[in-house]
Amino acid sequence: MKLTELPDARGHFGPYGGVFVAETLMAPIEELRLAYEKYMQDPDFLAELDADLQHYVGRPSPIYHAERLSRELGGAQVYLKREDLNHTGAHKVNNTIGQALLARRMGKTRIIAETGAGQHGVATATVAARLGLECVVYMGEVDAARQEANVYRMRLLGAEVRTVSSGSRTLKDALNEAMRDWVANVDDTFYIIGTVAGPHPYPAMVRDFQAVIGREAREQIQVMTGRLPDALIACVGGGSNAIGLFYPFLEDEQVAIYGVEAGGEGLETGRHAAPLCAGRPGVLHGNRTYLMEDADGQIIETHSISAGLDYPGVGPEHAWLKDCGRAQYVAVTDEEALDAFHRLTRTEGIIPALESSHAIAQAIKLAPQMDRDAILLVNLSGRGDKDMHTVAAREGLKL
Amino acid sequence: MSRIENRFAALRAQGRTALIPFITAGDPRKEDTVPLMHTLVARGADILELGVPFSDPMADGPVIQRASERALVHHTSLHDVLEMVRAFRETDADTPVVLMGYLNPIEVMGYEDFAEAAAEAGVDGVLTVDIPPEEGAELLAALRARHIDPIYLLAPTSTPERIRSLTASASGFVYYVSLKGVTGAGNLDLEAVRAKLGEIRAVTELPVGVGFGIKDAATARAMGEIADAVVVGSAIVSLVERHASDPEAIREAVGCLVGEMRQAMDAG
Ligand SMILES: Cc1ncc(COP(=O)(O)O)c(C=O)c1O
Repeated sequence: MKLTELPDARGHFGPYGGVFVAETLMAPIEELRLAYEKYMQDPDFLAELDADLQHYVGRPSPIYHAERLSRELGGAQVYLKREDLNHTGAHKVNNTIGQALLARRMGKTRIIAETGAGQHGVATATVAARLGLECVVYMGEVDAARQEANVYRMRLLGAEVRTVSSGSRTLKDALNEAMRDWVANVDDTFYIIGTVAGPHPYPAMVRDFQAVIGREAREQIQVMTGRLPDALIACVGGGSNAIGLFYPFLEDEQVAIYGVEAGGEGLETGRHAAPLCAGRPGVLHGNRTYLMEDADGQIIETHSISAGLDYPGVGPEHAWLKDCGRAQYVAVTDEEALDAFHRLTRTEGIIPALESSHAIAQAIKLAPQMDRDAILLVNLSGRGDKDMHTVAAREGLKL
Repeated sequence: MSRIENRFAALRAQGRTALIPFITAGDPRKEDTVPLMHTLVARGADILELGVPFSDPMADGPVIQRASERALVHHTSLHDVLEMVRAFRETDADTPVVLMGYLNPIEVMGYEDFAEAAAEAGVDGVLTVDIPPEEGAELLAALRARHIDPIYLLAPTSTPERIRSLTASASGFVYYVSLKGVTGAGNLDLEAVRAKLGEIRAVTELPVGVGFGIKDAATARAMGEIADAVVVGSAIVSLVERHASDPEAIREAVGCLVGEMRQAMDAG
């Protein structure tokens, strides 16, 4: 099977993916799978989605030649796919619009979501407000405390934010809690997962909604430069912005692919969020994939300066792209990401999200080793406004 | 015949319903579990369900989540749980023990190694919450090869086709989750349960246990009239939580509840 034809009918990417949930969730997941398969073929649905992406999100997002940065690096030309310019400030909204429209077609009146940094929660609350759907967002206590502004944004948008105090009180626990809500309210509730995780069809469905990034970029870069890029770079939390960029290039074998995980304080310290670089395959949140776990199979806490990358699993398609060698996964530390954050801000006047700064950091490493006519295409998955407090705090400032 | 089949056959001959209490292994401390298992049996349990702690118990409500957290504070592992079953078996050769948990700890141990170790320890059934039969062929084969009964959950939302395929993979008994929700949730609708049990019994001869929402002697008795087995989890685990600092008091309180349920069911 070609990589682009995956997953198989039961949601497998090689040995990864699948449907690993309790029986109580099998029926709603089947209902979702049938709806997703139906509407992704429905011209009327796709036209509605396209119109929203254009008029509400502001797509297509441009690509931008970061000339000053490229000159400084003295190697490859760096191009940025500007997902930071989307409504709500990140790629997350591409997916929430798609799933919310699907929810409406399925007759669901209540939306739930999990969120870590709050970006997916905000993107969900935004589309729920627009469609007039009830919205509940689950967020770990720890994350809610470090992302107060996003909690307030969600509330302004009419969502109810429920903080989660179980487990490590972060994103993975918020996901558990959203699943529990879904089990109890399957009749009227649609669960919008924020990344390419969860049981099938979520990893495929979220990828399909995010693949607009790569489809646009593949055309735009050819119009601008006359050819395909030499390499793609994107940060990987759950992996949705990355797969969104990568997917339309998977068959272009000359294009190298780099996924950048959160190296936290360094892989050697164990304090990171890099399951592909330093984890093992296991089963969590409905699919088989690489995980951060201990010797007993308990999921362990992750560490990253960026809340959006602080997740112990990763989308199953990335697990397979790693094993079959189509993509390379590397890690960038908190320190390197911060340097990249400042460097892009100062050289290009673009303040990147800390998540996206990981991708920029990898470009800063790679570009000098490449020729001046080489092309690096980096997904700038979101803008850094939400990270002002975190960055300031690092410098001992309080805003 | 497996220990579980034996037990159901004996109960059926006496016209009685099985009482299956659930506790989380290692809650609140590792050394409390085996004595508590013996107490449960002494007070009238027919089969024991032993929860294997997991960091991300997605299908459990707050009460059993917290039990997992208490057990994980001192790292109760799958190895430890098997060791507890082995110790229990030293003085109880008859009461069936079913492990209930999530897949990842079993993945890490390896299916074959797990099945081998579980059989050796004296485990009779394994209920893995998050592995439907579609994904579970290998684990199923490993369990079957050691005569361990794979136990499956059925839900209010299970379609007739799914009930058929799940019961085809199961042995020992099947476990009907009587509510849309997580463990420890809400109130029971007996009539709805009765209707679904009819559907399940139309396709399988296996005994049907009912769990979720059974909290006292009265609900145990009512459920006991329509089910082959009554599973009680959160009601017991919340007593463990309340008396967590005093193992004596845990055994007393839990033993008392189980005894009341037993009496009510046998009188029913
Ligand atoms: C700007 C941004 N980039 C990336 C991510 C990571 O998610 P994913 O790996 O699914 O793209 C997040 C998550 O919150 C984010 O806000």
